[in-house]
Amino acid sequence: MSFLSFFEQLGESPWSVALHESEIAYSLIESFHVWSLCLFFGMTVMFDLRLLGWTMRGVPVSDVIRRLQPWTILGFVLMVISGTLLFYAIPVRSYQNIFFRTKMLLMLLAGLNVLIFHSRVFRSIAKWDADATPPRVARVAGALSLVLCIGIIFSGRMIAYNWFDCDRQPQAAIINFLTSCVPTE
Amino acid sequence: MDLLPFFQWCYSTPIGEGIRNSTWLFPVIEAFHLLGLGLTAGAVLIVDLRLFGVGLRKQTAAQLWANAQPWLLGSLTIMVASGTPLFLSESIKCLYSFAFWVKMTSLFLVLLFTFTVLRRVVQMDLSERPVLSRSTALVSLVLWFGVAWGGRWIGFS
Repeated sequence: MSFLSFFEQLGESPWSVALHESEIAYSLIESFHVWSLCLFFGMTVMFDLRLLGWTMRGVPVSDVIRRLQPWTILGFVLMVISGTLLFYAIPVRSYQNIFFRTKMLLMLLAGLNVLIFHSRVFRSIAKWDADATPPRVARVAGALSLVLCIGIIFSGRMIAYNWFDCDRQPQAAIINFLTSCVPTE
Repeated sequence: MDLLPFFQWCYSTPIGEGIRNSTWLFPVIEAFHLLGLGLTAGAVLIVDLRLFGVGLRKQTAAQLWANAQPWLLGSLTIMVASGTPLFLSESIKCLYSFAFWVKMTSLFLVLLFTFTVLRRVVQMDLSERPVLSRSTALVSLVLWFGVAWGGRWIGFS
């Protein structure tokens, strides 16, 4: 079964239709997504800024990680739950939305960045934990995370706009390619 | 006081009109507004979590406040710089929007609270005043939530 036919079926399930048609539930979940963003992005950005040596320069990096990580994870879980519900409410359109796809790709890259940070950069933390300005490799990880977060928020916000949607033809061939859209005559 | 003429004037400014006539200006400015929100939240939460006795507990609230303040001010500048043109482009809708007034009232109160009460509370020795510390954080978070709730809800009306 292709992704598209799977999401088409998903979009016809009763709960998906109910969510999609309920103005208040959808708005509430969307708001919840933004409020979780405050927690998740707020924590992430403060940690990235610490890695860059731009704030809390007197606080050991390991302190910032240990004490803020539970809140970051909580924010992430809330974002994933509310985000999944938002996707579930309009699966086909989201799946074929160019900004949604960009966002997923950027999230993948951000995840990789976290993975690389924890498996490599973090191992040598004992050497630079208390440094006001961490070594270059840690600063790069922080800067990458920050840039990716900005990209994720930007593309996430743009999902709401239908400029490149499949049902708005004609679109440039490259757009239809990137959105896996096969326009019907 | 009749606010309508002022809001109409805002609506008719070239900036407001330019944004309304553009397909992508509003979304792009809105995205910057959202980025500013995330940064504001980070700067606020670092201090408020500490006042609740969680988060960065080894540091004093005064130290975290000193660290977060430039970022709070910077992010608020981004918020005002992006929020004002958004407002100009739909000021008449805002005038009749309940959410808009909730947001502006909360914003006024939280800024007042932050730069009068909270600013002083963080300088105290909070280990002996848990109630004062926590209630300060609670007031701050509730008011900020009012700002965030109203802000998101302006878009739904």
